[in-house]
Amino acid sequence: MLDFVQQLVSGVALGCVYGLIALGFVLVYKATEVVNFAQGDLMMLGGFFAFTFIGMMGLNYWIGFAGAVAAMALFGMLAERVVVRPILGYPQFSIIMATIGLGYFLRSIAGMIWGTDDLKIETPFSQGVLRMGSLVLAYDKLSVIAATMILCTLLWLFFNKTMLGTAMRASSENMLAAYYMGIPVKRVVSVVWAISAAVATCAGVLLAPITFIHSNVGLVLGLKAFPAAVLGGFGSIPGAVVGGVLIGVIESMAGFYLPEGWKDVAPYVVLLTVLLLKPEGLFGLHVRKKV
Amino acid sequence: MRFLFKTDYEDDIKLFPHSGYVVTYGVLLALLLIAPHVLSSYLMSQLVFVCIYAIVGVALLILTGFTGQASLGHAAFLAIGAYTAAYLQKYNVPFPVYFLAAGLLTGIIGAMVGFPALRLTGIYLVIATISFALIVEEILARWESVTNGNEGMRVKTLSLLGVAVPRDSPTFYYLCLAVLVLTIVGTLNLLRSPTGRAFVAIRDSETAARSMGVNVALYKVKSFAISAAITGLAGVLFAHKLSFISPEMFTLQLSIEFIIVILIGGTFSLHGAVLGAIFIVMIDPFLTYLKDDMPGIIAGIAAAFGASSATVGNIQSNVAAFASLNGLKGAIYGIIIVLFVLFEPLGLYGRWLKIKLFFQLFPLYKRATFKRQKIYVKSERNR
Repeated sequence: MLDFVQQLVSGVALGCVYGLIALGFVLVYKATEVVNFAQGDLMMLGGFFAFTFIGMMGLNYWIGFAGAVAAMALFGMLAERVVVRPILGYPQFSIIMATIGLGYFLRSIAGMIWGTDDLKIETPFSQGVLRMGSLVLAYDKLSVIAATMILCTLLWLFFNKTMLGTAMRASSENMLAAYYMGIPVKRVVSVVWAISAAVATCAGVLLAPITFIHSNVGLVLGLKAFPAAVLGGFGSIPGAVVGGVLIGVIESMAGFYLPEGWKDVAPYVVLLTVLLLKPEGLFGLHVRKKV
Repeated sequence: MRFLFKTDYEDDIKLFPHSGYVVTYGVLLALLLIAPHVLSSYLMSQLVFVCIYAIVGVALLILTGFTGQASLGHAAFLAIGAYTAAYLQKYNVPFPVYFLAAGLLTGIIGAMVGFPALRLTGIYLVIATISFALIVEEILARWESVTNGNEGMRVKTLSLLGVAVPRDSPTFYYLCLAVLVLTIVGTLNLLRSPTGRAFVAIRDSETAARSMGVNVALYKVKSFAISAAITGLAGVLFAHKLSFISPEMFTLQLSIEFIIVILIGGTFSLHGAVLGAIFIVMIDPFLTYLKDDMPGIIAGIAAAFGASSATVGNIQSNVAAFASLNGLKGAIYGIIIVLFVLFEPLGLYGRWLKIKLFFQLFPLYKRATFKRQKIYVKSERNR
């Protein structure tokens, strides 16, 4: 039983990381109907920025964290301006390919600048564990869970309660109509990319003590975050986190109880099954098409 | 400029619309046939890879280009074809039998993937195919009794009607070329048949196709099966060419490469598959060439502009250091993909059509002829 709880908690922590990356996918998708395959690589880059600020320049952890988030928000706007805006509104597949290309580019550039070694950031939560009876929880994992909950709530409030959030939802439903209503669609899209890059950076920095940072971490985790976003329905912010947690728990349970090899496959098997039974994901809206 | 005068349907579906086609493709075929006697063995080997990539490109065009179903899982089909060949070869099955068996098996698996894909569109389909490919990769690594796991499998030399065909012999090249030509001709005929027309109708509008009486589900599954089967055939050739296969060869990276083939070549015509394959296979030797020769060339240019010999040496060593940076290839790959999507959405074949039209209409060519129409995003969720 204790094993089970321990696996459950570490699965939830892992899942929150997937959920954080998936949140980035969902934000961009919700506002522009674009799927950003470079989201994982933005996370990787954010981690490297934080490493530069904290590990190399010796800044305070929180200042470095904030600096990395700000720098990555600017970088997200730049990437949107250069790669996405010229083809916004063209078939989804070309945008997917463009972001795959962007991902390739970021991975190799990061490899050139920061090398191919695993890097580590010292965080206030790196050491220490929380003991509850015989249950042992590491602070770094708890910090991921807490941060995910906070970010998820903030973003949900932002999307549903603020003016700007409403503008984002409007421009995703019908860009032309949004233009007519006086929404500055281009600026809105820029802001969305900035926010999603910032969320990705949070994921990267929180993840640093758990998986370390190297130039391929974005690809590996990004591929796990996709099933998370799809399970959640790709358009729902709480859905992304729930999907991420599901994937994390499935992965950690499969690694513990099932024979070797299942750990990496189980999330995808579950994903295919869900897609087979409920093609719009667990929290997706089912809408009929108008002709 | 030539105007084609069509009087009946037969004129419309001719494989060679006018005599110019016969001449051009005849010359091309003749050049390809004498290639083994002219080119170096390295270039011949690259040419075989061009053939294999082009076969996969054609397969992917049927599915993605003409039926509009994106797939990022074609490396898995290639792997299934390759492993079927390697497995059956152990039991001394003759080449024609396992060649066709590989195609058949991959086709059946393709149809099985097609069924769940029926209800999926857009990004969901892309992710479902990625998941399928990742699962296949893991199965290949774990099912050791059949696939030999991560140690990989050795593929014996191909023997055709009792004659051994080594992987770097001209005969093997001719075999690949023959399969490619047959695939292209078969696909051209397929696209002129009701099945092909149904594919294109589904791509353009699924709802419209359904209301015209096209059985969308049936044709989507057919498209998946045909595309997978052709990829499986390519897999057999791929296995023989490499003579050794292991699971880590068939990763997501390879699937992305196949998509890049048709993206760079152009997704609206079969020419695109071949041009894209040439591009993808030749970019490696080209980058190596640049890496070796670029520092010298740039230093030469600097010297021609009157730089002192110390500066020239400095420039040469700096450029050499930059060219041998780790991961430069990935960065160039990424830039190429982004540039093609942004500036050349019709691919290399589209560029060729533009150049051709420019000279045909000279001096009346209008840049707007190929301009993409600006569309505004409407939610796919309400579609």
